[in-house]
Amino acid sequence: MHSSILVFRNFRYLKITLAILAAAILAYAIHDPLGKPNGGTWLGYTLGGLSAALIVWLAWFGVRKRRYGVGKLLLEDWASGHVYLGLSLLIVATLHSGFQFGINVHTLAYALMVLVIGSGAFGLYAYMRYPRLRSVNRGEGALGDVWALVAGMSRDCYEIARDLPDEVYTLVEAADKETAIGGSVWRQLSGKDPKCASTRALQQVRDLAERYSGRDADAARRLVRVLARKVELLTRIRKDIQYKALLDIWLYFHIPLTVALLGALAIHIVTVFLYW
Amino acid sequence: MAEHYQVAIVGSGPCGMSAGGRASEQNMSHVVLERTDHLSDTIYKYQKGKHVMATPDILPLRSSMAFDAGTREAILGKWDEQTDKLGVNVRYNAEVTEISGEKGSFTLTLKNGETFTAEHVVLGIGLQGNLRKLACPGGDWEGVQYQLDDPDEYEGENIVVIGAGDAAIENAVALAKNNNVYIINRRDEFARAKDGNRNLIEAAIENGDITCYHSADPASVSPGKLTLTVPDGEAEVECDRIIARLGAVAPRKFVESCGIEFPSKDPASLPELSPQYESNVPGLYIVGALAGFPLIKQAMNQGYEVIEFIRGNDIKPADEPLLEEMFKALPGGRSVDEVITHIRENVPLLRSLTPLQLREFLLDATIHVPNANDVIFERNDYTNSFFMIVEGSANIHIDENDPSIKVTVGVGDFFGEIGLIAGRRRSATVNAAEPSFLLESPRRSMIKLINSVEAVERAMNEVALVRQLRTYLLPSLTDEAIQPVLETAEVRAFKSGKVLFKEGDADDGVYLIRKGSVTVSRRIGGKDIVIAYVPAGHYVGEMAFLTRARRNATVRAAINTETIWLESESFRQMVDASPELRSEVERRLLTRVIESESMHTRPEAGNIIQFLVEQGVGEATDILLIDETLCVACDNCEKACAETHGGVSRLNREAGPTYARIHVPTSCRHCEHPHCMADCPPDAIHRAVDGEVYIDESCIGCGNCERNCPYGVIQLSSGAPKKPGLFSWMMFGSGPGPGENKVWNKANKKEDGSPKVAVKCDMCLNVPGGSACVRACPTGAAIRVSPEDFFSLSELSARG
Ligand SMILES: Cc1cc2nc3c(=O)[nH]c(=O)nc-3n(C[C@H](O)[C@H](O)[C@H](O)COP(=O)(O)OP(=O)(O)OC[C@H]3O[C@@H](n4cnc5c(N)ncnc54)[C@H](O)[C@@H]3O)c2cc1C
Ligand code: HEM
Ligand code: HEM
Ligand code: SF4
Ligand code: SF4
Repeated sequence: MHSSILVFRNFRYLKITLAILAAAILAYAIHDPLGKPNGGTWLGYTLGGLSAALIVWLAWFGVRKRRYGVGKLLLEDWASGHVYLGLSLLIVATLHSGFQFGINVHTLAYALMVLVIGSGAFGLYAYMRYPRLRSVNRGEGALGDVWALVAGMSRDCYEIARDLPDEVYTLVEAADKETAIGGSVWRQLSGKDPKCASTRALQQVRDLAERYSGRDADAARRLVRVLARKVELLTRIRKDIQYKALLDIWLYFHIPLTVALLGALAIHIVTVFLYW
Repeated sequence: MAEHYQVAIVGSGPCGMSAGGRASEQNMSHVVLERTDHLSDTIYKYQKGKHVMATPDILPLRSSMAFDAGTREAILGKWDEQTDKLGVNVRYNAEVTEISGEKGSFTLTLKNGETFTAEHVVLGIGLQGNLRKLACPGGDWEGVQYQLDDPDEYEGENIVVIGAGDAAIENAVALAKNNNVYIINRRDEFARAKDGNRNLIEAAIENGDITCYHSADPASVSPGKLTLTVPDGEAEVECDRIIARLGAVAPRKFVESCGIEFPSKDPASLPELSPQYESNVPGLYIVGALAGFPLIKQAMNQGYEVIEFIRGNDIKPADEPLLEEMFKALPGGRSVDEVITHIRENVPLLRSLTPLQLREFLLDATIHVPNANDVIFERNDYTNSFFMIVEGSANIHIDENDPSIKVTVGVGDFFGEIGLIAGRRRSATVNAAEPSFLLESPRRSMIKLINSVEAVERAMNEVALVRQLRTYLLPSLTDEAIQPVLETAEVRAFKSGKVLFKEGDADDGVYLIRKGSVTVSRRIGGKDIVIAYVPAGHYVGEMAFLTRARRNATVRAAINTETIWLESESFRQMVDASPELRSEVERRLLTRVIESESMHTRPEAGNIIQFLVEQGVGEATDILLIDETLCVACDNCEKACAETHGGVSRLNREAGPTYARIHVPTSCRHCEHPHCMADCPPDAIHRAVDGEVYIDESCIGCGNCERNCPYGVIQLSSGAPKKPGLFSWMMFGSGPGPGENKVWNKANKKEDGSPKVAVKCDMCLNVPGGSACVRACPTGAAIRVSPEDFFSLSELSARG
């Protein structure tokens, strides 16, 4: 009934891509140019034109994605075609260049293209892998209003800590005030906070509580339970943020590199015509 | 000696106040008795700054007082000023508790014992009823309140909220932010509340944000303290404030105590009135919302008219021009009265209506004058209106495969009832057999009518039963074949969750589902596992019947369900007599066997069905689901929704429950019998041909639908702030880019009090190509499914 972009419509876009590739490779194999194969032969122009058209089309995806409620195709059609045809460039553009790389603007365009494709490939990997992990991490319910949940637990901690010695209360206070969620890109991507104040509080309260007895021991035990739940929730939230960050981060490379690629490509095309 | 008046008007809502104005203008001796200390309590209680709308636009206003769309404050201010100027005699704090006597000498008794006498009484007390008060000793402590306008007003207080409904929960949760809140529930769970609210309160209690006393009853109140009876004795709660949200007592009891009769017990039924709004008690008139006219303008017109009627002035109702306009479509230039008489003569179903009911009914109806062969509706359309033939005839094509099989219905007959009852797709195509005159009535009027006029329900059921048997069993069944079954057939209704029959029971007949849906479950490994979901239009119970064995599964209503019960023996005779029917029944049985066997080995799939049924999929015609294994949380679905719907998304992707990686976002289910439609004053909610439930521009923003939708998918919105055009975004970066509406809307929020209307998913009714959300999902995670897709959906679990 529905499927991921890779198997979408029974691999329609994979099939189209394979057909294009087969044609390109076959042409390259039987083509016998004067001298080495390169971008300047008729086949070179054809493959170059095809590559450029593909790149422009791939970049247009960014526009199409934001044109809502139009078009006959689903966005998933575009996405499915995008990944397969995008990957095919590795072959089509390489054949176009005739494997002639150097230190020049042509190869710059090529290199940028490879980077875009590389980031895209990571994106594809992320799209295939992380949603499921994220869903599993979330468990049955949506995490819901996590801030409210965390705040509620902090409040519970205070409530219990009020009757405990000051040393514990300070820890609880620190756990409430200094626990951070999110933070820098690195922090988000790592999915951990080695300096998490709540985790620290949990450990230290546990150490302190060993010495308590009677009502204090009871309260400390309850506190440890609440803190443990909080830490567990925080861990899950951080994981959730990590997955989301991984799902997003590559686009911060993919898109700017696309823009750079379009620029370099324009220069490449202009120069080859100028120096013709 | 009690004060005596020509006319006593009870209630100072739009109708009562307008009646008072007219009476005063005509120098009639009159009194308006108002329960509260201000005019028009219902409108007084609207949210501050609410924009009040003057629908329907085409209806002229006929009143001594002014009314135009505007803010609540402006309208109330104007009315205060005009009642003053006209010298209307209003008594405030005058709640009428008893009306006795007869035309010429009624006695009205107030709560404080004061009495008035009057020749005529006009009852205009609306439908809001009395807020239920705290009955225990000390309940009159000034710290007890029955409303909460602004929860942010209170801070650091101990507050007790009494009640377990949506209002109580919403108040408690809102107050808990800054206060120490207790909630008192008489029962042991929050069953009455919407799912969303129930989750909220349960989470708040679980986290300790709110302290809950279950199975507790207020025993007494003293200033600063509430005493409760709890299961193990008594409990005391110190409090600065008590907010009691105990619901309202509908005014019906009071109305009945005045001698006014209602045609049925159904709460939706309306008292019978003469065209002059006179009830069965001569001299006692009913107008406004209580009489079934739920809008302000209608109420004001009636207030004016009722005074004219009492003065013996037989004026034409203000809605006459509307009917005139409507009847213009008819050939022959007949007058309104002529047409109405003609309709009454030709359509037996409408004969038992009072003239007023008929008029109201016609105002909501649409007139069609199709030519021969014009299609009225098509099989598989999702419309739910009802048609009556005033002149001409129509052909119903009941067999999908053979258009030559048709039933012709003529003058006085009706059609469309199957769709109306089932809330599902039309089961036949109907076209006009000759040039005809048809009356199309929307679902709401029909439901009102069925609830108010018993004869209508009976007549409809009789015809519907035969047609449903044919439609759901076999179109070619002859009358003779159906007759014996019909004699024993019974309509049996089951509330959501109730059992039709249990595994191991003896066979007692076959159940044809004509409304709602059921789940079939079996005990596997000591647990009830759902093995099938059966929607309306199918039957259950045939397995035991064919195999002559005991029930091998339990069948439960997934939602409120109506079945046609067919007694085994007569059904067996019918099946035996028709080989065609026999093979049809057998064929369906085999399909069921295959399905249930495949489910057997995958109890997880059954659990998914169970989960989806709990999420309202059982009553959905189309629901948005998100496959969490594919969703990358890009929110493009929400963005697409906002972009195609004036900047406001009608869908909340993140919210909503998840089970087995299937996420049910907060978005309309397009219910078969939409709860949101139940109580919409301007009847602004409709269902389109493809099943889309949508709200049209006549919405007045009353919020009833928001409250009535159990899935919390409707929001009141004043629309998105205008954003700079695409060009200025690209060139100068002003405003948000395409899709980036959320932050922009928040930052540029319109001021409070700008007109708000209800918005919800309309399945992109006006977007070419359909559902923008699904089409904008890059990964294919967002899908729309109808209940028929359940089985393939449960395949999901096989993958994941
Ligand atoms: C939130 C909301 C928004 C709405 N918005 C609109 C809108 O924008 N436009 C529109 O046209 N309609 C709107 N409506 C509908 C409209 O409010 C009603 O149709 C209208 O108020 C009905 O008028 P009424 O005079 O029949 O009754 P009401 O307005 O209900 O008036 C009844 C009056 O009788 C008094 N009363 C009751 N019992 C007694 C008693 N025993 N003794 C003495 N007095 C008594 C009450 O205190 C009250 O003042 C809205 C309704 C709601 C709930
Ligand atoms: C309209 C499209 C294109 C045209 C007309 C074109 C044209 C050419 C020509 C004429 C050459 C030979 C230049 C020479 O031998 O000095 C060439 C080489 C090359 N082109 Fe293109 N090209 C196009 C698109 C592309 C694209 C999309 C890429 C990859 C991003 C690309 C990458 C290269 C590379 C790497 C070379 C080899 C450079 C070298 O010889 O050092 N070209 N191209
Ligand atoms: C030169 C080749 C490519 C170009 C120019 C290109 C360009 C783009 C652009 C402009 C977007 C839109 C991003 C946005 O606006 O959010 C995009 C998205 C994407 N690209 Fe590429 N891309 C290329 C190759 C690839 C390849 C090879 C892959 C995968 C193997 C890939 C995977 C994706 C994915 C998964 C998305 C995100 C889809 C979404 O979430 O909407 N791209 N690409
Ligand atoms: S708004 Fe709510 S009640 Fe109305 S159809 Fe949608 S889900 Fe059903
Ligand atoms: S659509 Fe909803 S808010 Fe609008 S008038 Fe109807 S019930 Fe009220």
